[in-house]
Amino acid sequence: MHDMTIKYAMVIDTLTCIGCGDCVVACKTENKTPVGLNRDWVVEATRGTWPDLRTEFRSERCNHCSNATCVTMCPTGASHYWRDSNIVLVEANKCTGCKACIAACPYDARLIMHPDGYIDKCTFCHHRVEKGLDPACVSTCPTQCMHFGILNDPGSKVSQLLRTRNYKVLMKETGNEPNVYYLT
Amino acid sequence: MDRREFIKVSSLTAAAVTVPSIFLSGCSQQPRPGEGKVSTTPTVCDICFWKCAGHVYSENGKPWKVVGNPEDLHSNGRFCTRGTGGLGSYLDKDRLKKPLVRTVGKNGRQTFREASWDEALDIIANRMQKIADEHGADRFAMFSHGAGANHFKNLLKGYGCATFAAPSYAQCRGPREVAFNLTYGEGVGSPARTDMENSHCIVLIGSHIGENLHNGQVQTLTRALENGVSLITVDPRFSVPASKSKHWLPIRPGTDIALLLAWMNVLVEEDLYDRDYIEQYTTGFDELALHVQQFPPEWAYLQTGLKPSLIRETAREMAKNAPATLVHPGRHTTWYGDDTQRERAIAILNALLGSWGRPGGFYMQDKVTLPKYPLPDYPKPKSTFKAAHGSDFPFASQAVSNAVIDASIGDDAHYKGWLVYGTNLPMTVPGIRSKLKQAADALELIVVIDTMPAEVTGYADVILPECTYLERYDDLRNAAERKPSLALRMPAFEPKYDSKPGWWIAKQLGEMLGLQKYFPWKDYSEVLGWQLKKVGSSLEEMQKVGVKNFPRKRPMYIQAGEARHFKTPSGMIEIYSQQLAEQGFDPLPKYTPPAARPENYYHLNYGRMPAHTFSRTTNNPLLFQLAPENVLWVNPLVAKQWDLVNGESVQLQNQDGVVSNPIRLRVTERIGPDSVFMAHGFGHRSKRMRLTHGLGADDSELMTNVLIDPIMGATGMRGNFVTFIKLESDHPVHA
Repeated sequence: MHDMTIKYAMVIDTLTCIGCGDCVVACKTENKTPVGLNRDWVVEATRGTWPDLRTEFRSERCNHCSNATCVTMCPTGASHYWRDSNIVLVEANKCTGCKACIAACPYDARLIMHPDGYIDKCTFCHHRVEKGLDPACVSTCPTQCMHFGILNDPGSKVSQLLRTRNYKVLMKETGNEPNVYYLT
Repeated sequence: MDRREFIKVSSLTAAAVTVPSIFLSGCSQQPRPGEGKVSTTPTVCDICFWKCAGHVYSENGKPWKVVGNPEDLHSNGRFCTRGTGGLGSYLDKDRLKKPLVRTVGKNGRQTFREASWDEALDIIANRMQKIADEHGADRFAMFSHGAGANHFKNLLKGYGCATFAAPSYAQCRGPREVAFNLTYGEGVGSPARTDMENSHCIVLIGSHIGENLHNGQVQTLTRALENGVSLITVDPRFSVPASKSKHWLPIRPGTDIALLLAWMNVLVEEDLYDRDYIEQYTTGFDELALHVQQFPPEWAYLQTGLKPSLIRETAREMAKNAPATLVHPGRHTTWYGDDTQRERAIAILNALLGSWGRPGGFYMQDKVTLPKYPLPDYPKPKSTFKAAHGSDFPFASQAVSNAVIDASIGDDAHYKGWLVYGTNLPMTVPGIRSKLKQAADALELIVVIDTMPAEVTGYADVILPECTYLERYDDLRNAAERKPSLALRMPAFEPKYDSKPGWWIAKQLGEMLGLQKYFPWKDYSEVLGWQLKKVGSSLEEMQKVGVKNFPRKRPMYIQAGEARHFKTPSGMIEIYSQQLAEQGFDPLPKYTPPAARPENYYHLNYGRMPAHTFSRTTNNPLLFQLAPENVLWVNPLVAKQWDLVNGESVQLQNQDGVVSNPIRLRVTERIGPDSVFMAHGFGHRSKRMRLTHGLGADDSELMTNVLIDPIMGATGMRGNFVTFIKLESDHPVHA
């Protein structure tokens, strides 16, 4: 497993998420993603039969896994961890567009080819994180259901939330050790 | 991340800096956002009426993003989906680019041709002058939506016009405002004066906050949810707030007043109302107590389909949390033609709970006393907007758009000319297309001012391209809110194409019509600067900060035991409305059962989706990517009965035979088997809106059964039913 000093996590409260898609538009404008390609998306999951129902909304994206199969599978080293953290990035000029990472990602979180010829994905807005800002999606969410911070700091909001609330991660069984958590 | 964590990141990452940069990677050749030269400009969003304040960012001279201003109470620094996508309105390639003038081609067909501003404005000024000379300027009407309309109101008041209609009234929140005015002497206002973040119990009746993204509403409801509010949602559909609720009441469509009466019955019968509040502040309680005796939950069960035990339990829940219980008045309230009465029932229920003027109920807003820029008095119009209504709608406090349209049809019609600003009438007023055509035939002038070639432009004689809110000054935002505050909208970009700001257009027309005395300035920023100086600020300061908050001048809540005079005729909260009685209306709300659903037809329910504002944003290239079309929600049992599958497209036919555009099905348990649901704003017929044209269906054209509220003229839209037409079939399939 990748040896990291800082483990960034996103914690999203499904009890207050309304599935509005603001996170998607904020990412699109912040990161200037091309038309038709989004780095994050919203899932609605409804269970039950009318009128006994439960609906959950989830804002989804790259899980910036601690054990990222996309990094392991990348033949050129384009997919890599940012500094000594779990933020997974793609170095555009090393990416050949072979799509091994797309096949390796259990979350389907990698965009099909960017028009400039590389595989694009969520960066946890590392350009903002290094300035001490939240990722664009977190900072714009009108419900404030999204939280971002350092998981290996026990005093961080994300650590506190995971200590005090019920949560889940997506496809835990893959062993990828995802770092996007959903409060339930 | 908070500041404390930020410092930690810096200290942790400092060690990494010593590593040779080649191993740092991440600094690939793709530039990171914000690395270039970044500039910011304050704005007030115009994507919806919530008017959040924020900043427009440009990088290296190119538009980058729009984000909320943390000082702004409307947004708290967080724009909604649509506001975040606001740049799309500037970038939209289908924008109106040049003035267009209706002309008759060689083949006799009418078309539009491009014209210079001088020519287009000259045509308008000449025809307006002719209407004033031959009929009187009071025979001119304006329809509008949005803050930019004020420039044209100034122009038309100077001209002598008295009719200013806004679909936001008779097609939206009018019944609410009238009902609360009748009861409390004040309306709910915008932003709504709901104190949700302090509520312990919130009741939403057909209001789907979270699907409508009225920003402050979403934010305060979310704070309430985090605080463990007891949320009760009444909706035939499992809406987003229904999914967050402690109690969801899947009511039979159109029976809300029955539920409200039964709730009041429980509060009175079980002595759960706020006796002190009722005694001190209200009049007419005894009449109400007698009235609601007839409506126990057992009676309401037969109407609403909601179990008596559930009605009692939820009434007790409200009482237990009162006065921090908000029975939310909603916003789009034009449903069944008895909407003022339904809103009256909501207002009275709140009075029983003592929530008006109390923390967790309704707060008292405050605003800045902003002097008006000195202008000469306007002439007194020869008639008022009531000319359009005749003796109808005695409680309409402003012109009713549908009535103005009716009064524009025929050679002897009252109105002779229209100016339509920022409102797409054919997709806003229900079932209005044929009447609009008749009005267009009769009117001597229709001017449409807009940023987009929306359907309404097709009725115009002259179309003027306004620049978007990102390219212009408008009036300062001075909304009554929790705190008085001012916010500045100013140009972040030069007007694109040959578009112009509204203030410029109005000023040119004013000068051509000899009304220059109402425009005694060169640039509208002079007006803003003058006003700001009067309140101890300046244009320069506002250009830096964007938003300025001021201290409150009056308490936010009614103080304990406070003697209070309400602005009603009696000075009290009027549970029993003498005003209504005097005009021949029910002084206490009564229930009228909705029309029965015809066999094989379904209630046409509609609402908002978070990605769009009405039909205004569906062509916005950023928001289009998020939601390119609407879909029709259908219960799986209905889908099975009709042999329809998820994703299949159908057309809808309403009870009067009107057929919609094709719309894709979303088969979902979130809607009951008696209704279908679609988001409003799609099914555009304007080919000049190339992204959105032809995608999804338009609910408003299926609303041919319009239920008019006799009290104030609103157009009830929920009395319509639809059945399915399978594609490639001429006739409805009968299940």
